[in-house]
Amino acid sequence: MLNFLEEWSFFGGSILLIFIGLYGVLSRKNMIKILISLGLMDTGVNLLLVALGYVEAANAPILNSVIQSNANAFVDPIPQALVLTSIVIGTAVLALGLALVIKIYDKYSTLNISEIRGLKW
Amino acid sequence: MKSRNLIALLITAAFAFIILQAFTINPAAGEITLNKFGRADINNRTASRYLNKNVNSENEEVIFQESKNLESGSANIVTSVVANYRSFDTLGEITVLFLAAAGIGVILNLKKSGKKKFADRDSSLILNTGIKFLFPLLLLAGTYIFVYGHLSPGGGFQGGAVIATAFLLKMISDNKFEIKESNITLVESAAGILFVGLGLYGLVTRGAFLENFMATGTVGQLFSAGIIPLIYLAIAFKVGAELTNIVKNLIEA
Repeated sequence: MLNFLEEWSFFGGSILLIFIGLYGVLSRKNMIKILISLGLMDTGVNLLLVALGYVEAANAPILNSVIQSNANAFVDPIPQALVLTSIVIGTAVLALGLALVIKIYDKYSTLNISEIRGLKW
Repeated sequence: MKSRNLIALLITAAFAFIILQAFTINPAAGEITLNKFGRADINNRTASRYLNKNVNSENEEVIFQESKNLESGSANIVTSVVANYRSFDTLGEITVLFLAAAGIGVILNLKKSGKKKFADRDSSLILNTGIKFLFPLLLLAGTYIFVYGHLSPGGGFQGGAVIATAFLLKMISDNKFEIKESNITLVESAAGILFVGLGLYGLVTRGAFLENFMATGTVGQLFSAGIIPLIYLAIAFKVGAELTNIVKNLIEA
């Protein structure tokens, strides 16, 4: 049981976060909750990407006075570089979404998407 | 349960079924597949070329404070990927952030509305005093993070985010703290021009856009790694100014 948790907890947890976020985006009616679920999906994707590059008992890919040469084992640095970009883009998307929510709230005075005229979902 | 929740659950289950197929593929001999957790084979990936710094040269070992004039002299390998080997993707990321900041400025349309700010009452004494103490320390921490971006974890994006947090705290706690939007735009544009100018200079003198045209020095010193500190300087100022602009627009809407 402990072996199974050790081996699958990182992949499984990240994928579970992605699916919880997807369910939240599809089924919630409050606009802020939809945005929070979108952020949750972003977090899950970033965690999955970093977990794919893990090497067991290896160090972070930075040379310093303790780890002095690249003969040591390092984890994969490329998923970490991709996740840097992905986090920034997630922030930009959430900021733009919040600006849209502010304008919608100014016009319709409600955050419930079923009460806004014209939407049938 | 309501029909809308049930349909959402069914769509999520279908998506889950398709994604989890990736973990059940049995590869033929020699094919690359999804590795089990913790057993990534670095030597078969392009990461081994970035770790040994031999993408375009024949280098084999990199020793802290001893190897000189490598093709990317930064001790932080993620920095060398983001700001040297794949710096064109970083240019794309800066463009996305600029697009978001410009989009928020257009959507919120602040000049015509003229509404009052929501924070019109004075903040409490603890908030005021605490942030007066923290503001220069946060600026210092953010500056340290991006100046040492090639030697320790950090870099332009992280340092810019910390600097924007400092300005956000100051705007929350002090009603009379104003930054003119034209100053923010000036800093952001100057930093963007610096980044693209470095790239064009590399194109003109060395033949490739954003090529590292300065000497890379010894791995591990502060003045090393060619143009990577300059790129991170431009990125930190640009990201800090953009996030401050976004936060200022969201507070004033």
